[in-house]
Amino acid sequence: MNRPPVKIRIRGLRKSFGDNRVLRGLDLDVPAGRSVVVIGGSGTGKSVLLKCILGLLPADAGSITVDGEEVVGASNATLDRIRRKFGMLFQGAALFDSLPVWENVAFGLLARRQLDRAEARERALEILARVGLGAEVLDLFPAELSGGMQKRVALARAIATEPEILFFDEPTTGLDPIMADVINELVRRSVEKLGATAVSITHDMASVRKIADRVAMLYEGVIIWEGALAEIDRSGNPYVDQFIHGRAEGPIRVLQMAPADRAVRGEPSRHGP
Amino acid sequence: MNPLAVTGRATIAVSRTVGGIAFFALDGMIRGLRGPWYPRQILRQMIEIGYYSLPVVGLTAIFTGMVLALQSYTGFARFEAPDAIPTIVVLSMTRELGPVLAGLMVAGRVGAAMAAELGTMRVTEQIDALLTLATDPLRYLVFPRLIAGMLMLPLLVLVADVIGVMGGFLVSVYKLGFGPIEYINRTFDFLEAQDVISGLVKAAVFGFIVALMGCYQGYHSRGGAQGVGAATTRAVVSASILILTADYMLTEIFFSR
Ligand SMILES: Nc1ncnc2c1ncn2[C@@H]1O[C@H](COP(=O)(O)OP(=O)(O)OP(=O)(O)O)[C@@H](O)[C@H]1O
Ligand SMILES: [Mg+2]
Repeated sequence: MNRPPVKIRIRGLRKSFGDNRVLRGLDLDVPAGRSVVVIGGSGTGKSVLLKCILGLLPADAGSITVDGEEVVGASNATLDRIRRKFGMLFQGAALFDSLPVWENVAFGLLARRQLDRAEARERALEILARVGLGAEVLDLFPAELSGGMQKRVALARAIATEPEILFFDEPTTGLDPIMADVINELVRRSVEKLGATAVSITHDMASVRKIADRVAMLYEGVIIWEGALAEIDRSGNPYVDQFIHGRAEGPIRVLQMAPADRAVRGEPSRHGP
Repeated sequence: MNPLAVTGRATIAVSRTVGGIAFFALDGMIRGLRGPWYPRQILRQMIEIGYYSLPVVGLTAIFTGMVLALQSYTGFARFEAPDAIPTIVVLSMTRELGPVLAGLMVAGRVGAAMAAELGTMRVTEQIDALLTLATDPLRYLVFPRLIAGMLMLPLLVLVADVIGVMGGFLVSVYKLGFGPIEYINRTFDFLEAQDVISGLVKAAVFGFIVALMGCYQGYHSRGGAQGVGAATTRAVVSASILILTADYMLTEIFFSR
């Protein structure tokens, strides 16, 4: 298999909020036209990572390039141009609550002034069908939808302009298993049929196995393991093993332990000082 | 506690905020004027500010006009000069009370709503979502509000002027025994175009201030519901103080000669 070019290259990415050092020198390559899934415990900084790549949160240090163009410290105009390559599904949906569903979905199309409003409404209907929603939701407002429906509308909004790069922050959380599978299929299809590059975050291992070409695990501010999906079961990495089997026991400290305990267990040296 | 350090820190904090607001205003206006424009958003804000503020501004104006007539009567009757009432009412309304009261009422109604709306959009990541959808929040959210504030407040003040004069008229004619024709004639005796125009210019400035503080505080709000609440309060308080400050300065400029 020939190696695709790198679409997003991250080197030494650091991001803190006050004393909370979230990303501590993170490195990651996202190959073009592949689907990368980032896994990791709750609160480890997965969402922050996506927002740093989009320049929604300013990185403290390091480098992020998209198609070779630097995001960290870029001007507003450059960021604007880079962001046009992306579609993002936010973890909390982030639908515009002053606009009806169809305008939410068609927002990117209308903003690019490719279509008039009547055409955009038609397109919104087509795209909503792909996430299992029908014409009856077109004129509802986001507050009138269930959580899972909001998520799917947000997903429809993210893919509406068929962007080159798709970010999905927990696309299947809050969906029933059947609908989750529909969404997994959709992510897969976006990569295979449209040739998009996708970075997804999920806690759901079934979803990981369905949508990932490559998997990266974030722990204590760095990527501690990265590899092809097939290698995930024989990664030889105790952190990955613990995570994919969902065990409370293991090297990942879920409950706060005394520092003495930590020394006994022997922390691996790769993550930050 | 070194008093110099405390003063210095406060000065730096204040200058930083003032600079931040000035930059935000300039950035919003320049980017907004360069386009792309969002006429729907502008229209929506104009209706929100202009049309829906009519009742509250109208009520304020009519009672203000009535009180002005009553107060001047009880005050001036002592000097045997009740004839001055129409002039006092119309000059106070157009030059001062129309714009200031409308500004303060709109700050409470519209400024607060803007801060709450933008604040909610900020904390629920809707502003981030705009950025990922090739839309500049300054052009899409802030500029329409600034423009609408600047355009609609003068219109509201014009209405307030008329209603205020009507309030004075009602009290003077039905309570104080003025002749209706006489009252109206006297209203226009000393009124000059500059009185009305200065009031409208003030209104445009106040409208800008209200929208600016609403947008600035909302846009920069942090945290959840509590942060949005705090931003709303800050928007109303800072807009009110700025309106009163600007009012004095504008009055100096208009009438110091
Ligand atoms: N805007 C912010 N201001 C301050 N701290 C933040 C902010 N955003 C995130 N954090 C902190 O950064 C850390 C990582 O947050 P993030 O949302 O990236 O977690 P996550 O890995 O996405 O978790 P989850 O799987 O639960 O969504 C958390 O400790 C959080 O408190
Ligand atoms: Mg998250």
